[in-house]
Amino acid sequence: MSTVAHPFQTPRSAHSVGRQLANGLAIVFTLACAGFAVVILLYLLLYVLRQGLPYLDLAFFTQLPTPNGEPGGGMTEAIVGTVLLVGVASLVGVPLGVFTGVYLSEVGRGSFAAFIRFLVGVLTGVPTIIFGLFAWALIVIPAHTFSGLAGGVALGIIMIPIVASTSEDVLRLVPHELREASLALGATEARTILRVVLPAASRGIITGIVLAMARVAGETAPLLMTAFGTPFLNTDVTQPMDALPLRIFVFTESPYQIQVNQAYAGAVVLILLILLASFAVRFATGGFKPRG
Amino acid sequence: MASIETRHVNAWYGKTQALYDITLNVAERSVTALIGPSGCGKSTFVRCLNRMHEELPETRLTGEVLVDGVNLYARSIQPMRVRRHIGMVFQQPNLLPHLSISENVALGLHLNGVARGKAVAEQVELSLRQAALWEEVKHRLHTPATELSGGQQQRLCIARALALSPQVILMDEPCSALDPISTLQVEELIRQLKKDYTVIIVTHNMQQAGRIADMTAFFLQGRLIEVGETKHFFAHPKLQETEDYLSGRFS
Repeated sequence: MSTVAHPFQTPRSAHSVGRQLANGLAIVFTLACAGFAVVILLYLLLYVLRQGLPYLDLAFFTQLPTPNGEPGGGMTEAIVGTVLLVGVASLVGVPLGVFTGVYLSEVGRGSFAAFIRFLVGVLTGVPTIIFGLFAWALIVIPAHTFSGLAGGVALGIIMIPIVASTSEDVLRLVPHELREASLALGATEARTILRVVLPAASRGIITGIVLAMARVAGETAPLLMTAFGTPFLNTDVTQPMDALPLRIFVFTESPYQIQVNQAYAGAVVLILLILLASFAVRFATGGFKPRG
Repeated sequence: MASIETRHVNAWYGKTQALYDITLNVAERSVTALIGPSGCGKSTFVRCLNRMHEELPETRLTGEVLVDGVNLYARSIQPMRVRRHIGMVFQQPNLLPHLSISENVALGLHLNGVARGKAVAEQVELSLRQAALWEEVKHRLHTPATELSGGQQQRLCIARALALSPQVILMDEPCSALDPISTLQVEELIRQLKKDYTVIIVTHNMQQAGRIADMTAFFLQGRLIEVGETKHFFAHPKLQETEDYLSGRFS
């Protein structure tokens, strides 16, 4: 009979207790960091909701801002403007973004494609006010007027690298066997991409587009010198146009408490729009499943 | 349906040569099995027959592949047209998951703009009957194709290939992902197809070759070692390497 204890049963030494303690501390530390991030986010959300929700009424969605801090009024022109601007942005950003993604995933080879991919990555990090300046120089100056078109184009260009990057990732996930099946049936590469690969990836691509749209809906800096803002309802893209972030910006600086309150209400609407888009997209693609 | 002949086909992946001087004759309306150990080049060879080999980057091919006397690799011939007339069935069923059963069968027709409307539906039914699948799926043609079993999916892939009325059908280990019963169904299907089509099937299963093939060809390390009528091939192989493979000395 052996007197040596089974290795699994070795008694706890100071070393093993230390290891377990360090392990526990590491887990607690990471939980604390995650918790801290969640707390900050929740605090922000709840603060804005508390400040803005009481001032969110039906009039907010149906009336224009009142002059000089008179009671009442709303942000109709800003909401309509945001919708129009995101619409114009999508016309620019979606086709250019998706087909750039198609190029990077399906067509591009070698150093040129790598260079494009690098540029796309760089563009995602460029401060968005630069895109505003670009649209200002290209559209506002020659036209001698601020316009929703300039704002929409600026937002659209911001969308391009975001949509291109998510589209490329989603397209790469389409199994290679599907492309082979299509080619073996005599389809050209173009037909294969358009009729087989893109439809197979459509869900992920739409998700990417919706999230990019939600992202640009909140951009303020590029609109400062393009759409410029106006307290009047304007649906003409060749004229200055308002947007929620712009109106919030202007009202926050206002000396009138009414307008500051409405700024918070506007922030609530903006946050709700983005949350709605995120949840809609998750719901449409299968919900909050635990990862791996 | 067509005869297919290769003359001195050599193929490379980058700098690595995968096929050495393959000259092989396949008669029309027959089943030819390609057997050999893993990596011997049989899949590469089959992909040279419908010009799928060149879809991979940095591949090269020399030699001729003649279908009814016409060289597929002639300058004037586009790969797409070749693949219209030479169908392929892959090892794993590769149906499009977002399409229904009938849409999958009709995929080749839609991709090539070959038929419209009613003609498509008729062709789908004809192909499913030829693939011995019609009775099983006729009542659920518009349900997703992924709901079928593995054997049914593979027969659906065969129906898809048949829908274009190809002259030659290439099969790259079509049964290796299937259970034994599905395998027998597919083998029975191949025996039926032989009446109308020229079939070339890659298989790692020698018994399968013995069951369904008229001719068998043995590949080893990129070379065609021996080819002959199946009934003689297995009983009296001419070369030592063939006999070694058949008796299981290597696999």
